[in-house]
Amino acid sequence: MELNIQPILPEIFICAMACVILVLDLYLKPERRTIAYVLTVMTLLVAAGLYWQDFATGSAVYLNGMFIKDRFSDVVKIAICLLSLLVFVYSREYIKARDLFLSEYFVLGLFAVLGMMVMVSAGHFLALYLGLELLSLSLYAMVAFQRDSSVATEAAMKYFVLGALGSAMLLYGMSIIYGLTGSLDISVVRGIVAAQAAPDNVILVLGLVFILVSLAFKIGAVPFHMWVPDVYHGAPTSSTLFVSTAPKLAGFAIIIRLLVGGLEDLHFMWRDMLIVLAVLSMLLGNLIAIAQTNLKRMLAYSAISHMGFMLLGILAGTPNGYSAGLFYGLVYTFMGLGGFGIVVLLSRAGYEADELDDLRGLNQSHPWYAFLILIFMFSMAGVPPTLGFFAKLSVIQAVIDVELTWLAVIAVLFTVIGAFYYLRVIKLVYFDPPAVAAREISATADLRVLLSANAVALVLLLPMVGPIQEMCTQAIASVVGAF
Amino acid sequence: MIPLTHYLVLGAILFAISMVGIFLNRKNVVILLMAIELLLLAVNINFVAFSHYLQDPAGEIFVFFILTVAAAESAIGLAILIVLFRNRRSVNVEDLDLLKG
Repeated sequence: MELNIQPILPEIFICAMACVILVLDLYLKPERRTIAYVLTVMTLLVAAGLYWQDFATGSAVYLNGMFIKDRFSDVVKIAICLLSLLVFVYSREYIKARDLFLSEYFVLGLFAVLGMMVMVSAGHFLALYLGLELLSLSLYAMVAFQRDSSVATEAAMKYFVLGALGSAMLLYGMSIIYGLTGSLDISVVRGIVAAQAAPDNVILVLGLVFILVSLAFKIGAVPFHMWVPDVYHGAPTSSTLFVSTAPKLAGFAIIIRLLVGGLEDLHFMWRDMLIVLAVLSMLLGNLIAIAQTNLKRMLAYSAISHMGFMLLGILAGTPNGYSAGLFYGLVYTFMGLGGFGIVVLLSRAGYEADELDDLRGLNQSHPWYAFLILIFMFSMAGVPPTLGFFAKLSVIQAVIDVELTWLAVIAVLFTVIGAFYYLRVIKLVYFDPPAVAAREISATADLRVLLSANAVALVLLLPMVGPIQEMCTQAIASVVGAF
Repeated sequence: MIPLTHYLVLGAILFAISMVGIFLNRKNVVILLMAIELLLLAVNINFVAFSHYLQDPAGEIFVFFILTVAAAESAIGLAILIVLFRNRRSVNVEDLDLLKG
């Protein structure tokens, strides 16, 4: 059989560049390490360009069913490239100030991106597992990157143990499904599961539960969220930026691949399980966030509640719902990027601006950055003139469409509760007296410009909501239409 | 001929033992790493048993990949453990309490 590597060219490129940077680092003097950084950013740009240039219209399967290339995978992959690129640009000065500006950081990042690409395109349990592990192993190392920090290593240990537990759960679920269907190919599994889908098929339910638990672990949905606040809080903010953005999108993609691509005929089973996860995530995430005094921890709980909202779209079980979920995932990752970007922006050498009190009275010294915080917080809370509002609107719409009105009511209630702690940040920034007399921001121009663009885009892209949602709809249609 | 169910029960018992090991262990982080290895080995038993039962080599090939990944995983786990020990002078699970709330 002829081996066609054309569709996986961008992945091969990323992998090759990661290896090149790793070797190049041996010959780089420490003061010239910026070369590794520039190469990494270029790699991600070129990879995004390659996906854009070869943008899929339909859905095609390559490498004996291992690799799916459809519009969904290309949309998610381009977003992952852009997010990771922004993460590296945002965190450059931060890691320089903490002696973490090492090529390993960029290599780990590129391998994590590669893992996400493999996950997003996985058409086979093996490819999905390997991609997930490549991502997870890179992330554990990135969280532990600040070796002399006690909290960072503790966070890495917790992340490692719970992440490994999640992976093992996924494998156990896969082994049960494999035993039942005799295949590891997700599309073959789909056909056989469709014939066996019955509420009294206990073994199938068992496999599904294990897979669902592991997916909840990976995206951090309650009650499998224990690692999220500790990792977001303990890790250096540069790593938190990475962990909290692109992997969430990749997690969404594997949920689509497994639950929609493979086990859609069990929707009547996983719908109720996802309802429990979503309601608990929105409840606990929003309530516990109120009690936080640390900005990173607060954003971690807010991330948990956002994952609950994203699950709302998936559990609707309609193409509209999935595309609303994708839209929510895209919007959330860019909002989350901005939220942690603020922490990076205000931090400087020897000073971590991660307490809520550090934001007090920012408006008096830096009105523009105060305004950026205002946009990010409004968008996360879902206040109308921002993309965050439309993201919440579309998932709630999707839930109402399948006659789960009570769930929509609960979601709106939790949005109102969540607005409290987002607005509290705005109150601190605008109405409280400054905490420190003279506040200096040492951020470089590229961080300032890109973070401003990131915030402003959340408002200025409003006329583009229609086209973006249309793109999400087409992306999902390419997944659903392939069967 | 040992029937398939025996293997599956063994796999389930090993999986349960390692779960208990992770959640009840309050002493040593090394035991956590051992429990994680055991989790993956329990899954391997499942895969090999199903693979033999179905006469399909894909499951056994999957096991090779799991073994390889497990080796990489424990390498990273031990590396984090060493850094942790350097910072804390302790590998006690109960000492992992700087982050909470």
